[in-house]
Amino acid sequence: MATLAEPREANTDDAFREEVREFIAKNFPPELKGKGNALATVEGPAQEGPAEKAWREAMGAKGWGVPTWPKEYGGGGLDRKQARILQEEMARAGAWNPIGGMGVMMFGPTLLEFGSEEQKREHIPPIAKGEIRWCQGYSEPNAGSDLANLQTFAEDKGDHYLVNGQKTWTSGGQWADKCFAIVRTDKSDKHNGISFMLIDMDAPGVEVRPIQMISGMSPFCETFFTDVKVPKENLVGKEGQGWTIGKRLLQHERTNLSGGGSMARLMGSSLADAARKYAETGDDGQIADPVLRDRIADFEIRWQSFLLTAKRAVEESKAAGGVSEISSVLKKLGTKLGQERSELMIEIMGLQGLGWEGDGFEEAELAGVRAWLFGKATTIYGGSTEIQNNIIAKRVLGMLDHQ
Amino acid sequence: MAILNEEQEMLRDMARDWATNESPVTAWRKVRTEKPAEGYSPDAWNTMAQMGWAGVVIPEEHGGSDFGWMSAGLVVEELGKTMTASPIVATTLAASAIVLGGSDEQKARWLPKLASGEVVGTLAFDEGAHHGGKTEASVSDGKLSGTKAFVHEAHGASLFVVSAADGLYLVEKGDGVTLSDRKLTDMRSHATITFDGAAADKLADGGDDLADKVLDRARILTAAEMLGMAQQVFDVTLDYLKQRVQFNQVLASFQALQHRMADLFGDLAMMRSAVEGGLEALDSGHGIPRAACVAKAEANRVLHTMSREGVQLHGGIGMTDEYDIGFYLKRARVLEASWGSTSYLRDRFASLAGY
Repeated sequence: MATLAEPREANTDDAFREEVREFIAKNFPPELKGKGNALATVEGPAQEGPAEKAWREAMGAKGWGVPTWPKEYGGGGLDRKQARILQEEMARAGAWNPIGGMGVMMFGPTLLEFGSEEQKREHIPPIAKGEIRWCQGYSEPNAGSDLANLQTFAEDKGDHYLVNGQKTWTSGGQWADKCFAIVRTDKSDKHNGISFMLIDMDAPGVEVRPIQMISGMSPFCETFFTDVKVPKENLVGKEGQGWTIGKRLLQHERTNLSGGGSMARLMGSSLADAARKYAETGDDGQIADPVLRDRIADFEIRWQSFLLTAKRAVEESKAAGGVSEISSVLKKLGTKLGQERSELMIEIMGLQGLGWEGDGFEEAELAGVRAWLFGKATTIYGGSTEIQNNIIAKRVLGMLDHQ
Repeated sequence: MAILNEEQEMLRDMARDWATNESPVTAWRKVRTEKPAEGYSPDAWNTMAQMGWAGVVIPEEHGGSDFGWMSAGLVVEELGKTMTASPIVATTLAASAIVLGGSDEQKARWLPKLASGEVVGTLAFDEGAHHGGKTEASVSDGKLSGTKAFVHEAHGASLFVVSAADGLYLVEKGDGVTLSDRKLTDMRSHATITFDGAAADKLADGGDDLADKVLDRARILTAAEMLGMAQQVFDVTLDYLKQRVQFNQVLASFQALQHRMADLFGDLAMMRSAVEGGLEALDSGHGIPRAACVAKAEANRVLHTMSREGVQLHGGIGMTDEYDIGFYLKRARVLEASWGSTSYLRDRFASLAGY
């Protein structure tokens, strides 16, 4: 049944769509079309040329890099529908979001929820403008899956904390300006002795060493803190509240990582297209090997179900308000499927899909090998699959603590 | 769970309450023991029809409620949870064939009776052990001849939607229609039907792909029943693990079992999304053939695993007839083989996608 409100709403959406189109036409440099780099967060900052810079600044000024964040802190202040229109129009124009990284995916949403007014005013706008890079100070050599076992200690020195210890797997640590970290402020209580604080990466006493990975990339670092002074105003929430805040951030992390798919997509073309290119097809255009064809269809059907599940989770969490425990399910499923896809793609490409360097390999083929190897990390970082299984069993299914 | 409107929530709650209170698995046990000729309790079917469930996808002008496929799926899912024996899926599919391909006269004649539950309809498509084989049944001078295998709910049905070489036909039970029992492991109504010059009335208005359209609906609605079964197996298995003590500990406290349940929970989430995606596709009219492959292939895959794991995780008691879980395993395999096995659906999906 048509109501009076509907046409007006439609007009508002149309007007917004028009505004987006004009903005893109005016600000998006055509030479950047389709050149967004999905691996940017792990490969480090690409050389930012004048065109990239101009595009980032234009999007930052609008707040459209973080379209749904509040306007008062530099976000776009858009509702979900408008955000979707923005996404659609960017995709149509081959434009991409130049503002991302851990500040956008994990730290920003968490600070918006738990930070003080001063902290939000100080830290959110630079993230929204893409002027600053954040890294995550969570894991330690003896606190990986058992994250709450962390030992990095922040001693209360009155007006500041003195931080000593070592973090590891600090993604992008070598390129980051600041670090959101969980540290121990009380040695007598495993969970309530943890606090969430913000550390400048150029503060005296912070040292970063990149770790070379099996993929040949070095996106992760070891980070050492030796008598690093952290001002008291950099404590987020209350002392001892860090585990609660840190866990909420992990829900955001899981939700983002569940796109494990996004890693898989880096492999480029569809599995079926790859099979046509690297394997044989029959006269009818069908993939000639029926077993391979069956396996591709099997994967695509499950992938489709995963995408529907991710969509359903968004709708349900929106209806319920807030991030949901289902984030563990998405992370577990998305990363597994992403890896399966990479493996199948390598198999389809044969030895041509295993090139490491040199002539005879296309750029996309070499990038695919890196993505395949790097993708092995997805079921380990951000809470391994085994940890997600524990979370699902205990918190979602109400099974008891295992012995 | 899809975000439901008020009408859908009411329908689902009503179905859930009725299935839980009036049609628990003990009701199915009674049907199995007493063997009513129809293969289900006629009283239960009358009640279901009175609640309007038979007419959920039938237009209002023909006596239905036209609530749509998501609503039909919700009802069927709840009935699947308690193994309720009824011809609701078969009748809904027969009705949808008429909605899609019937003339005004055929609609006016049959749809009100199907919506009220007075007439039970069913699809008679396959001719062999596997779905998707050749269709040799044929019609000449309005008389249909051929043999259809394993027709669901054949015993209670008086109207058959029959596939022939040149399209779909309506055939009434009567002269030239012979049933022979084919009891399957699920102990529900299945029969081989021989048509020998039976009077046949063509569904001529549905286009050349009418049979495919009806089959897509069969896949999706069957997947909804399978979703209810998978959800129930998961729930009772989880409850069992939480109360069964071994080695002085409840089984639920063992990490090996926790992780298997987490795997099943993830699979169940995918199956629910796929099935709801299929129902949504039917209601929106977009991408139905592909969504039907996804819904049924996922339903096959997940219910297969769920029913196997359900028995295994129950241990010895899961092997007994006294315990319910075996019913789900046996019905699961019958539904998996109906309207497309997993490999059939993958083949169809690949063809639809052009590879």
